[in-house]
Order: sequence, then structure tokens, then C-alpha cells
Amino acid sequence: MLSIDRVSKIYANRVHALDGISLAVEPGEIVAVVGGSGCGKSTLLRLVSGLDHPSNGKTSLDGETITAPHEKIGIVFQEPRLLPWLSVADNVGFGLADRPKAERAERVAAALDRVGLADKARMWPRELSGGQAQRVALARALVPRPEVLLLDEPFSALDAFTRVDLQDHLLSLWADLKPTLIVVTHDVDESVVLADRVVVMRPRPGRVFAEIRADLPRPRDRQSAAFDFVKRRVLAALDRSLERTAVTDDRETRASAGAALWW
Amino acid sequence: MSLAQMTVAADRPAVERAARAPTLAGGLVRLAGPALGLALPVGAAVAWELAVRAGVSDGRLVPPPSVIFQTLSELAQSGELQRHAGATVLRVAAGFGFGVVAGTLLGAFAGYSALMHRLLDPTLQALRAIPSIAWIPLFILWLGIFETSKVALIAVGVFFPVYLGVMGAIVAVDRKIVEVGRIFRLSGPALVRRILLPAVLPAYVVSLRAGLGLGWMFVVAAEFMGASEGLGYLLVDGQQLGKPAQIVAAILAFAMLGKATDTILSLSAEPFLRWQDAFGART
Repeated sequence: MLSIDRVSKIYANRVHALDGISLAVEPGEIVAVVGGSGCGKSTLLRLVSGLDHPSNGKTSLDGETITAPHEKIGIVFQEPRLLPWLSVADNVGFGLADRPKAERAERVAAALDRVGLADKARMWPRELSGGQAQRVALARALVPRPEVLLLDEPFSALDAFTRVDLQDHLLSLWADLKPTLIVVTHDVDESVVLADRVVVMRPRPGRVFAEIRADLPRPRDRQSAAFDFVKRRVLAALDRSLERTAVTDDRETRASAGAALWW
Repeated sequence: MSLAQMTVAADRPAVERAARAPTLAGGLVRLAGPALGLALPVGAAVAWELAVRAGVSDGRLVPPPSVIFQTLSELAQSGELQRHAGATVLRVAAGFGFGVVAGTLLGAFAGYSALMHRLLDPTLQALRAIPSIAWIPLFILWLGIFETSKVALIAVGVFFPVYLGVMGAIVAVDRKIVEVGRIFRLSGPALVRRILLPAVLPAYVVSLRAGLGLGWMFVVAAEFMGASEGLGYLLVDGQQLGKPAQIVAAILAFAMLGKATDTILSLSAEPFLRWQDAFGART
């Protein structure tokens, strides 16, 4: 189980990014974290990944405190971050350098096949489209078989069609090994498509504002009334989260305008 | 970009066109690109040759191409050219070697460690501001007038572009790429080998080429300060004995050697840089 225990983060420039976040994520659960910009979503992910350290509190995986990048925790960034000097296959196999060559080749081939890019194995990253590159990044993160996969706005730089395609792809990859997924996103549709639970954060300093369960059967129908209902609840929570931070006297206008402005 | 690369780059579309129409016209088009660049120097040489033959000039101070090539072939036949060129190449090779090793090591330290950067960089930048030729008298006092002082001067010339290139390239490596290495828990040496080294390689090759260019520049200065052999000696000798053809022949030898070593350097780096997605790598 992944647990985030009263974690705070104050950056060196005294920006109070996170304040007392607590969250427990069951194995195999998919949690989406949404919130307005500057609410510390990405910071939270960096703390869980071990790339950054919390100022207070701790994160742990199965009781083991995370102080540095952990072999059971993978991450996919907003950008693919492929290494341009390695072929697509070598990028996917980057985390398997200590395995025997045959095993590495086999797992890389299987992973590339799984993301539908088997024919691109020998290409350079520069020859891929944005969506293909992000699929390679997904394969690279999944190939060491992490127990926890963190995704930091993974599809936000892609067009709407590619994004929907990759969301389905991610879910089918998740179904293979059922890792814990934490997806940071600013796309409410995406959070409801993917997650068992949507965590809404509020900014300055970042705190958990609300948790909304999305117990919809999978695969999810983006057009269904149930989907819409959960989406509305997330949107409403987001609105309230933004309203609370704006200490102003025109609460009414902000609350009603917020739903429209959020996009 | 070297001349060889430019030729290749200019050649490729022409080759594709030629492949579509494998005719005489296609062959002409394939030749046209490189040939155009030769028009100016060859035209000027031919014009000067004709002018001297026609008696417009006696060509004593500015010898015509035929005299230059005659001088060059005489020097080559007597073995003089090979001896002088060999001495010069050895000096450049030794100076380049020392300069590259020192520049790479210190550049790597100053780029990798912030502490080393604060410690080393101010001093090295101050030394860099000194025109390297100003060291000559001191080097002669310290190291004598023979090979050591010449190699030292060349090494100093090579050192700074290499140091600056390596240090700047390491400092500029994308943090996001380095984080990929951290996520996969690479150790320090593995991070250097698998992330930093490939990331800095393109800039490193450029700095090596800049260093090599300066090496050729400084070998002339070194040989001017007193040498009994070397292409620089041929220059001084040609001036003192009033043999302009020998000067131009030595200059030509410098040009060919400089060009050849630069081409070798960039060609040997090319297989490692094929991944580049850069303006310069366009085909």
C-alpha cells in the first residue's frame, strides 16, 4: 500500500507548495489528482517518486519510507523525455540494463507490441509523433513492472483524439499487471475515465479538498448519465476549492463563473 | 559544418533527383552543386596564370599556380615537404593530445561539481583572457626553445575551447533528461556514462574541432619562435630568402592538413551523432 502521511513541502524560495497532505492508496487502485494550477499536484508526485523530499511528513510504500527513487515506483512525465541517442527499443529497455540481454530483448519486444509500436523498435525518438513518443514513455515506465506508476499530466500535450486513445491504452496496460496508478491531470473527463477515486486539491498551500469515488463499471461510457454525474461532482468540488482560496467579497459571481472558466 | 558535410548535404537532393532520371543531365546536376563552389578559386587561379603568361605581370611576388605547384612538387620529391609537414603534424598531435586531455578533465570537473566550478572556473577564465601568444617568452624561459615549449603553447591554445565546451555542455544538460536517469536509479558513474556523456557529445565534438583549429594556428606561432624544421619554418625561410612560392606552398600544405584532420575528426564522430534531431543534421 502506498501511503502519504501528513506531507508538507516548502521550497527554498519559501513557496508553500503542499500542506499536510495525507492519502492512502490501495494496491491496484487508480487515483486521479485534479486541481487548479499551482495546487501542488506535480510536487506531490515528485515527492512520491523520490525525486524530491518532503519538508515534513513522509511517503511510504508497503511500510518502507521513500527517500530516493524506488525500483517499485515508475513515473511518466508530461513530456515523453525519451533519450534522443537511443533507439525506441533501447529507450524502452533503459531500466533493464542489469538484466540478461535475451530477457531484456524479450520484455522490450513484448512491451512495444503491447503499446502497438513493434514496427518502430529501431527508429530514433525524433521520428515518432507526440502520441507515439508518449506510448514509448509508458512502455519504458511499465517494463520494469512497477507496483506504483505515477503519471504527471501524461496526455495534456496531445490532441483530443490521441488523448482518448491513450487513456484507453493506459487502462488496458493497467489491466495486465494492475499496478497502483496515480494520475495527476487537469482534465476532469480524464480523471473520471481513469480513476476509482478522484482527489480534488486546493491551491496555496496545496491541500486535499475533497475525495470523490468514481465507482463506475469499466469500460466506462463517456456519454452515460452516471459518468456525467461523477463529472459534475468533480467540477462542483473544483469550483468550491477555487472559491475558498479567493478571499473576496464577490463569492457569488466567482462560484458561478468558475464552472465555465475552469476550462 | 565542414566542407565535406556541406558537400554531402548539397549532394543528397541532387542524388535523389539523379536517381529518378539516370541520364546525362542527371549526372551534370549531380556535379553542379560542388562544382559551383570551385568556380571562384579555380577561375581566379586560371586568370592569374594567364595574366602572368601574357606578360601582364612578372609574377615574382605573387607567383602563378604553375610555379607554386612546381615548388610544391620539388619540395615533395626532395622529401623536404614530408619532413617539415611531419614535424608540424607531430607538434600539433602532441599539443592537441595534452590540451584535449586537460581540457576534458577540468571541463568535466567544473561542469559536474558546483564546488569545483567555483574553485576552478574564475582562475581558468582569467587565464583564458590572456592572449595565448603572450605566453611564448615565458614558455621559452621555462621550457627552452625546443619541442617542449612549442607543444606547451599548442596545448594551451587547444585547452581553452575544449574546457569551455565540455564545461558548458555539461552544465546545459537538460535536467529533465537527468531525472530520467535518477528515476531508474543510475549510480554516479552510470549517470555519466549513460546520460551525461551522450548528451554532451555533439557539443564536445564541436569544441574538439575548435581546439584543433586553434592547434593549427598556434603551431605556426610556435614555429615562428625558432624552429629548424616544420611548415612554419618553411614560411620564415621563404620570407627571409625571398621565395614567395615556397610560402604559398607551405600555406597550401597547412590548408590541406588542417582540412584533412578536421574531416577525420568530424567523420569519426559522425556514427555517434546520427541520432541528432537538429537544424545542422538536416538532410
